[in-house]
Amino acid sequence: MRMLNRQGRPSSPASVAPSENRALMLEEPLIFEQGQEGRTGVDFPPAGLKHDRLGGLRRSAIGLPGLSEPQVVRHFTRLSQKNFGIDSTFYPLGSCTMKHNPRLNEKMARLPGFADLHPMQPIETVQGALALIDELADWLLKLTGMHAVAMSPGAGAHGEFCGMAAIKMALEARGEGHRRRVLVPESAHGTNPATAASLGFTVDPIPALDGRVDLKAFEAKLGPDVAGIMLTNPNTCGLFERDIIAIAADIHKAGGYFYCDGANFNAIVGRVRPADLGIDVMHINLHKTFSTPHGGGGPGSGPVVFAESLAPYAPLPRIVREGDKLRLIEHAKDAEGAPFGRIKSFHGQMGMFVRALTYMLSHGADGLHQVASDAVLSANYILASLKDVMSAPFAGPCMHEALFDDKFLEGTGVTTLDFAKALIDRGFHPMTMYFPLVVHGALLIEPTETESKETLDEFIAALRDLAEAAKRGEADIFKQSPRHTPRRRLDETRAARQPVLRWRG
Amino acid sequence: MRYLPLTPADRSAMCEAIGVASVDELFADVPKKAWLNGPIAGLPPHQGEIEVERHVAALATQNVAAGSCPSFLGAGAYRHHIPASVDQLLLRGEFLTSYTPYQPEVSQGTLQALFEFQTQVAMLTGMDVANASMYDGSTACAEAVMMAARITGRSRAVMSGNLHPHDIDVTRTMARLTGFTALAAPPAPDGHEDLASVIDGETACVVVGYPDFFGHVRDYRALAEAVHAKGALLIVSVKEVVALGLLMSPGEMGADIVVAEGQSLGNALNFGGPYLGLFACRDKFVRQMPGRLCGQTVDAEGKRGFVLTLSTREQHIRREKATSNICTNSGLCALAFTIHVSLLGEEGLRRLAALNHAKAMQLADKIADVPGCKLLNDSFFNEFTIALPKPAAEVVEKLAKLPILAGVPVSRFYTGQKKLENLLLVAATELNTDKDTDVFVKNLREVCGC
Repeated sequence: MRMLNRQGRPSSPASVAPSENRALMLEEPLIFEQGQEGRTGVDFPPAGLKHDRLGGLRRSAIGLPGLSEPQVVRHFTRLSQKNFGIDSTFYPLGSCTMKHNPRLNEKMARLPGFADLHPMQPIETVQGALALIDELADWLLKLTGMHAVAMSPGAGAHGEFCGMAAIKMALEARGEGHRRRVLVPESAHGTNPATAASLGFTVDPIPALDGRVDLKAFEAKLGPDVAGIMLTNPNTCGLFERDIIAIAADIHKAGGYFYCDGANFNAIVGRVRPADLGIDVMHINLHKTFSTPHGGGGPGSGPVVFAESLAPYAPLPRIVREGDKLRLIEHAKDAEGAPFGRIKSFHGQMGMFVRALTYMLSHGADGLHQVASDAVLSANYILASLKDVMSAPFAGPCMHEALFDDKFLEGTGVTTLDFAKALIDRGFHPMTMYFPLVVHGALLIEPTETESKETLDEFIAALRDLAEAAKRGEADIFKQSPRHTPRRRLDETRAARQPVLRWRG
Repeated sequence: MRYLPLTPADRSAMCEAIGVASVDELFADVPKKAWLNGPIAGLPPHQGEIEVERHVAALATQNVAAGSCPSFLGAGAYRHHIPASVDQLLLRGEFLTSYTPYQPEVSQGTLQALFEFQTQVAMLTGMDVANASMYDGSTACAEAVMMAARITGRSRAVMSGNLHPHDIDVTRTMARLTGFTALAAPPAPDGHEDLASVIDGETACVVVGYPDFFGHVRDYRALAEAVHAKGALLIVSVKEVVALGLLMSPGEMGADIVVAEGQSLGNALNFGGPYLGLFACRDKFVRQMPGRLCGQTVDAEGKRGFVLTLSTREQHIRREKATSNICTNSGLCALAFTIHVSLLGEEGLRRLAALNHAKAMQLADKIADVPGCKLLNDSFFNEFTIALPKPAAEVVEKLAKLPILAGVPVSRFYTGQKKLENLLLVAATELNTDKDTDVFVKNLREVCGC
């Protein structure tokens, strides 16, 4: 019972979540619904533009609103307060790796020697930038045991495209362009089949057996028209593909290549080198393994590492060392091998490279080994601590993410979605839901290595509470969730059926 | 290790709870022959903040920051002033450290900002709708061509020779890999090319730069009509988005799809990345548009809110039937753009654009006065092409030693083309002072030997 003081006010803090503070539940109109004509948040000296040389093409009104600097600052500060971020909450989104983003990385990326560097400056004025890219490339090659690296892909899916493009080019160079079939396990990331399909390959799914590639089914699919396999390892069920060395040997014997989706490299970095598993090409999401900020969904950066078999096909640009100088190769005629071209402007996501290398240097080789250990330990701790109240589809240890299905919700009237939304009211970002597709009502939890045991324990307690409440038949609290958020549940069907994609006044 | 919270005691307690003797047991599924015993050789051990900062800062000092000397570089990346509040807001953890807004109830900040971004991009380009951004301008260009092929059912793209060479290169790479044909005209440094005559019944789209690679500003209204008459689409690619504060919008000229590099607003040069691809089109094409889209809806109480929408086009659901494999956008770069455009507003953007144009006109006149230097443009925004009396790369290298970052030699993009060897792309922005201009022109005069 709460105590009252002499004024009749509570003398102990009310036990409410901070999000119940209505005074901070601010409504914020769109930027276009604010401001006044003629107002601006930036002062410029007068241009004195008496005539122009615009070829007679002056524009009419644009329609942008006019706001002062304090108005804009307040608007975006308020918007930020309507977001969960890893800095404010535990964010165990499976398959996405939400870990601590050190501010040292940000500080280094903003050094004028990197941030204020034009991509077309003379090469001798950017030797430090090339040296940083070269150093990062060296880390990536040593950590993976691979032969060459392409730094330019703008995101993980872009890296996948780059890797599969190299396979396509290599097959054509061998005169085996007829190999069009790509095997994609059902436990792969959703981008994998989309990547293969967009390159004109036929996607042939491999069924999962206990959450892993069904080796017999895989072997039965091998043939002279197979271009390769796209395997996510550790896979999206959070499991290590035990048969991976056999899979690599088989695909090579059949004349195909082995693409590995390295998005989950986090789980094995410093403990296993992909080259030792027989992989030909793999992309690495710098933001997942080496902590560059996610920023609401990007920018990403997806360097691709190649084994010797595919290294000649790595795209442009490339960095080469000539004596004590570094040089950029931007044109195919200057490159060794048979690069398949350019896939993005300029030289890659420099801002992300600085952050990733800063993170690697902070961890060192010993720290990265510990990263994989702690990520795997944390995931297994969650799995073990919840096995009795939630249902896990697969036996045995998991890698960096713990997977549950929705069997424990059977007959409760609570859906996976309800369960996730109820977790929001407990102050946690929900796990990944309904993915991977091979598990019914999947709940994929990735704690990562940067969470304390105390946080993991609080999270486990919240999930236990919710699972027990669901089993007690308290479906109503789930259906009403979330209650303590800037918005209640949003109508996604309406958004798709009657698309409103911009403000129109 | 400062980023790892687990103590040895935590680790043993957790192992005990799991029922294993050590973490190694949890790696039992990894084939033993692939195990590494101990940290990988040849890489340093962990270091404190002081050492790391020293190492990375030392690399930074081996570069000449563009802002540390007079610089006139453009060619698809532009140095503009970024108001201090842009970066301060961007660094707010709720923006910086959030992920894709899969849970819209706790991502309204990111989603509303994306909705505002989409609206601003549509307004600037003069189009109906825009997506939530792409990797960069060049990948947006390639995606626009593929989208035009889907819409028209035709597989041949005609690209202006004056499109940014990276737009051409990336589109050609995509063409080669995904099975359409991308034809590019030869570069026309004087700005005159006839694209209308090469459009035929097989043409899916015509792609032009605005301003083009050499800086020319061309009226594409007649071209748009010719393109439409043949049942094709006009794609306009903008590399300097500030130009849209002063120039007639591509939408007004009849463009069907507009792509742009948005780096100029809110985003630093970053040696070429991360940048921000803008992508806008007519309403009727929205379901063929690649990338992520944010839409308005209502919540359970009828209040306005925002969600990611129309994702059935993407890898999320249809997998091998997806129109592209894109699963991200340049979220933080888009946010920087939106904050900067909000600060500028109608008035500020117009003034910024006018200032850029005025600086460029002043610079162009002074350079054109240098004996042996010839200005190739009769129209431009903030970048133009100068024919020098000697190879531009030589001139640029000499001036870089002073240091002056004089411009981008066209030969950096087109190697081995003798007739382009003496051409220099020069850009001016609001950041160039009169003193910068004078120092540049004085030294150019000396290096050109006149």
